[in-house]
Parts: sequence; structure tokens; C-alpha cells
Amino acid sequence: MATAQKAAAPLRRAAGPATGPRPGRRRASLVPVLLVLPYTVLLLAFGLGPAVYALWLSFTDATGGFAGVDNYARVVQDFRFPGAARHVALFVGLWLVLLVVLVVVLALLVHAVSRRWVGTALRFAYYVPGALAGASSVLLWLFLLNPVASPAAPLLRLLGYESFNDTIQPTNLPVVFALIAFWTGAGGWILVMFGALNNIPDDVMEAARIDGAGPVRIAWSIQLPLIRKWVTYMVILSLAAGTQLFVEPTLLSQASNAVVPNDYSLNQLAYQYAFSLADFNGSAAISVLLLVVSLGLSSVFVARGGLFDTDAS
Amino acid sequence: MFISPHPARRRRVLVLATAAVVGATALAACGSGEDVAAPGAGASGAAGSAGSGGITVWVDASRAPAAEAFLAANPDADVEVVSYDGSANGSDTFKTRMNLYDQAGEGWPDVVFSTQNNDASWASQATPGNEPFAAVLDDGLVDPEVLEGFTEGSLDPCTVEGQVYCLRNDLAQVVLWYDQQLMDDLGYEVPTTWEEYVELSGRVAAENPGVITGSVGDAWTPEVFMWGSRCPANQVTGPRSISVDATAAECVRAAEVIDAGVADGSLTTLSVFAPEFVQEYSEKVLMMPGPAWFAGAIFNNPDSLALPEGRLGVAAPLPWEGEEAVTGNVGGGTWFVSSHSENPELAADFVEFVTTDDAYQVEQAPGYPAYAPAAEKWLAQQEESGYYATDLSALTEAGSVIWDGWGAPAFSQEAVWADTMTPLVTAGGSVVDNLDTWGEAIRNEAQVNGYTVE
Repeated sequence: MATAQKAAAPLRRAAGPATGPRPGRRRASLVPVLLVLPYTVLLLAFGLGPAVYALWLSFTDATGGFAGVDNYARVVQDFRFPGAARHVALFVGLWLVLLVVLVVVLALLVHAVSRRWVGTALRFAYYVPGALAGASSVLLWLFLLNPVASPAAPLLRLLGYESFNDTIQPTNLPVVFALIAFWTGAGGWILVMFGALNNIPDDVMEAARIDGAGPVRIAWSIQLPLIRKWVTYMVILSLAAGTQLFVEPTLLSQASNAVVPNDYSLNQLAYQYAFSLADFNGSAAISVLLLVVSLGLSSVFVARGGLFDTDAS
Repeated sequence: MFISPHPARRRRVLVLATAAVVGATALAACGSGEDVAAPGAGASGAAGSAGSGGITVWVDASRAPAAEAFLAANPDADVEVVSYDGSANGSDTFKTRMNLYDQAGEGWPDVVFSTQNNDASWASQATPGNEPFAAVLDDGLVDPEVLEGFTEGSLDPCTVEGQVYCLRNDLAQVVLWYDQQLMDDLGYEVPTTWEEYVELSGRVAAENPGVITGSVGDAWTPEVFMWGSRCPANQVTGPRSISVDATAAECVRAAEVIDAGVADGSLTTLSVFAPEFVQEYSEKVLMMPGPAWFAGAIFNNPDSLALPEGRLGVAAPLPWEGEEAVTGNVGGGTWFVSSHSENPELAADFVEFVTTDDAYQVEQAPGYPAYAPAAEKWLAQQEESGYYATDLSALTEAGSVIWDGWGAPAFSQEAVWADTMTPLVTAGGSVVDNLDTWGEAIRNEAQVNGYTVE
């Protein structure tokens, strides 16, 4: 909730300071508590609760006895684990780079558009793919990736892909998943960056222009440093989402008649452990490993990106 | 409230996975989200049993007429039909769902149809804290006379340690399908050995490019070529032990058939269910080694090749020179009754009806019935239909020579082939050079599933 409120902040066109509760009024202090309460309850029930339960499961065996690190040892030694970890790492790396570079560039371009209606139309166009539900947008891609049905068929054939099975060669998958994820997720982030750019005071930009900075110089020296926090925020949330890659490979596995394996990503492997091998402890161990890695990487970004610095301005 | 574009949605998947651990309430809520994994088996599938007096039946799209036939014959029966993917192509939907319900302690369907024939290997085993999913059928639930009526050996995949856990829907013995008219037009003879088959394929590729003599783009490729060649890559030697030798001479020769055909274009690497297969090869399939159900599912199907009447011929399985012919088998579905069913009699009546009654097995079934009396009538009816260019004795012959050296382990050989070898075949790589990779993948999968590899 705290982050969500923060995220809402840049969307206000440099409005005045938010009207907070007046000091000294005790009843007003209940309002934020009431507002945060439903979220906290849900977070405990569906976020922290299951996470703690998974942690407990991962250190016990099927009968509930303490198992030490047996479950972890077992899943890490599984022949599918290194492959799945590599797939996810490749995908996340590709996707984050793609996301950071393109979202920032596109947001800067849209922000630089002087005609109001053009900017509005562009922002709307960016957002449309994100409005499709996750699974259905992946289904759409199943057609896009099939040279027989795809509107982009000439391009696919140019790359030497004659059939759906050609397009989804294992080496192509990280790129394919990164493209799908970018297409479905980038639009919303472009809007966030746009809002962040609007938050930069006009007088700062004005001063830079008077000093003779061109648009590129302004972007590099003024705008980028000032939206760094939002880029970090995007990276962290995307990292958390990306490590949980599940929907895309699962659907593609179904559509390709198992040519894309149903244990392509770590999350799928966890699913297989639970529901194919009935090994919920091993499944929990994979989930906990994912959580640890995500938290570790996220904290690096939090520390480097200054996300929780209070506005000292 | 700011809308986070995509992360939250992804997270829901994790919530879904963890919610499964939390319990049934959360699952019911997420059920609709799971449509993804098994089209159609979402919200209604999660709803579980139809309550007392009724049964819930899971079928795949091809088996929907079976359920309709039962309802037509028993209009008063309370049967809720749920459509799912039939666990096809190694999706393992059946197994994963039942594990989910085991964990929740409720929600099992009463009857499940599976396109796989290896499900008894796990459905007959108890999971921690739960009895096995499959009810024992030969303890009086199904009439012993009915059980005896099944073609000899057809209930083997359903039999674990002497008890029958499922009824076989159809046999899927591999035969050689061919287009009689195209054979005549192009001046070819139907081959009688694998060696002749390879030679003819080479000639076809050279003389009539674009005409094909088989397909290797599907997950069941090993069941057609490897199994039919006595390849010992999948010899189940006990309830939890398997012997894997994927580089034996019998496997190499089958792999050479695949490699040669892919190299010269006589074997297509497209799946026979891919839309582009129909576009490219309509009336261009000279011959195709494939299971019995290819007749109804591919050749005589208006949505697939739609081969006109009087052209489809069927030849007995090909032998290797100097050997007796054996053949493979691709699936052949199975019907399970849940041990958790509150209405086991109705469930048993249902599986008995759909596997033995003429109304479905003779009138409508696309594949060769496993129930012998129905199979005879089905063959007679197929021959009468005038669709085939030859008699169908080859099917009966093939049904009796399915090689027993290829087992039905708890994991899907099709899934192993699909993710290890299909990309390789598609890319034009050599199967012969990668047989050890395939064997390694089978061994790995077996170990993960708790098998001792010998």
C-alpha cells in the first residue's frame, strides 16, 4: 500500500502537497488504519501466510517430521533444476534490459510530443495490450508465433521459421517469452514513467534549456536521474514477476503438444513437484529458493536505487 | 489505486500454486483461473462431484459422444459431463488434478477418461494420506463376464499387481495406412518390410517431392517407429523398476528410418493435428504408419485430411527382414472409476456402457474397440461403410502382435520424446546421433518418478 501510494504520487501533475490529517485530531488517525486494514488482512492471508507455510513445509517431510535441508538437496539435484534456473535467469535478464531501455526511451519520446492529442493517443495505444488478461494475451501470441496464421508471417519466414515448431525452438524461447511479457506489461510502465516525467518541476527543465542543453542532454542529465526511483521500482516489481514465469510456458506447452516442456521454469517445476509427484515439501523448497533469490536481488536494487530515501528536497 | 500492469497478475499464479497448499476454499476461487491448464475443466471441474445420486464424468472432446450416448440410453441418470484435455500429449492434467483433490480431500470426479494408457501405474498407488484414486474394478464393481470380453492383453496397462483399475476404451495398434488411388496413380507398390518402406520413401522423395510417406512431428513418434522395431528403451520390469537401452541396434535402425525420411522430406515434421499439415498434405499422403484411430481422426475426418471414399487402404504392420512383425500402440484410452465416488454403481454402469455398448463403441467410436465383441461389429460396420479400399483384417492382425517389451511407466514417454527429440527432429538434427540423449532423458524422468533404473 505504501508503495502504491507512492506510485500514485507522480501521476499528479505536480500538485501541491497532499492534504494530510491535521495534527492534534485524534479521530482522523483512524482513517489511514481503516484504509490499510483490508489490504493488510489479505496480505496476511494470501501473501505472508502461505509464504510462512511454504517455509515450514520446505523443512519438513511428508509425515510432518523435521527434514533439515533434505528437500532443498533433493530439488537442487533434480536433473531439471539447473535447466529451469537457467531458463528463468535468461528470460529475466533479457526482459529487464528490454523493459528498462525501451520503457524509458518511449516514455521520454511521448513526453517530448508537444501536440496534446498525439501524446494522449500514443499513451492509450501503449496501454491497450496491458488491458488484455494475462492468459488471453498469451493465446494471442500463439497465433502470432505460428507462420501459418501470423500477420507477421513474412518476418517469421524471413528468419527461417516455416512452422510453429520452428518458431518455438528451445533457443528462441527466452526471447519469445521476453517479447510476450514486454508486450503485455510495458504499456502500464510507460504511463508510470510519463507521470514521473511530469513530476519534474518546469523551472529545472527551463534552467537547463537556458544553459543550452538539447533534448538528449536534458534527458541524460536531468530527467533520467530524477526518475531513477521509478525505474528502480519498475525493475523490482518486474523482477519479482519475472522469476515467477509460469503462464507463458504453460500455455505454450499445451499448444505445442509438450515440445515446450511443462517444467521449463522454476515455478512450473514447483507445480510439477506438488501435483505430479505429490511432493509438496520439494515444491515448497523450490518456492522458498525463488523467494530468497528474488529478495536478494530486489534488496540490491532497493539499496542502489534509493527507492526508500525520503524526499530530502 | 494505481494499477500495476502485469506483476500482480503473475503473482496471482503463485498465489494459485500456494493456495493449492492452503486449502480447498482458495482453490475453488482460483478454479476459473486454471482453465488455462485444462481447457474446460475449470470452474465446473473444481466443483467436483455432482452430489448424491449423480456422478461427474471427465471426458475429452472426442469422447463427448460416449457420454451423450449413455444419457440417451439412460435419460434419468444424473450425469454431469466435464470436458478436459484428456491428459493428452504428456500434459498430465488427470494426474495433477487428482493430486490437487487428494490434497484438498474432496472434489474428485466419479469417472475419468484418459487418452493415456499408463495412468493405472499411479492411480493404483496411494499418496501420503490418501487411498489410491482408482477403484478396483474386478472385485465385483464390474461384471466379470464383461471383463473377460476385452481383447486379450488390452487390459494389461490397467492391471497392477493382479487387480484391474481401469477399462480400456480402444486399442491403438499401429498399422500401415495408405492411399490406394495415389499408389496406383504414381505407380508404386505397398511395401511389405521396413527395408522396402525406406527404399520406397526415398523414391517418392526423389520422384514426387511434396508427397509424404509418414509423419514424425508428434509426441508418439517413438511408439510408432521405436516400439514397432522392438527398441528396448522402455522395459518396465517391476512396479517401480525400468530398464532403458536406447542405443540398442533395434533403436538405431528405427532412428535411421526417421533420419532418412526427414532428410529427404518424405517424412513430415509437422504434427498431424497442425492446421498446416492439412493445408500442405491433403491428398498427398501416400502412406503413413500410424495407430488405428488415424482412420477416424485424420483420414476420414472432414476437419482433417478428408480423404474421399474408396481410397484408404490398410496393410499389416511391417516386419524387419528376417523377423516376425511386431507393432506399437499409441494410447488407446482408459476409463477410471474413482474410489472416492459416492455413487460407484452408476459410475461402474457408465464405464461399462461406454466401453462395451454398441450405441457408442460400434455406432460412433473413431477407434478400434478394446471390447472384442464390439470390435468385431465395428470392423464389419467399417467394411460395410464402403469407405475403405481394402478389407480391415490388417487391424485384427495388428491387434494381436503388439510387442510386449514396451511398458507403461508412471511418466509419459511421449512428453520425454516431445521435449528432448521433437525440437531436434524439427531442426533436422540426427536422431541416430542423439539416441543416448533420449535414453538419458528417459532415465532422468524415471528416477524423478521414483523408478530404479536397471
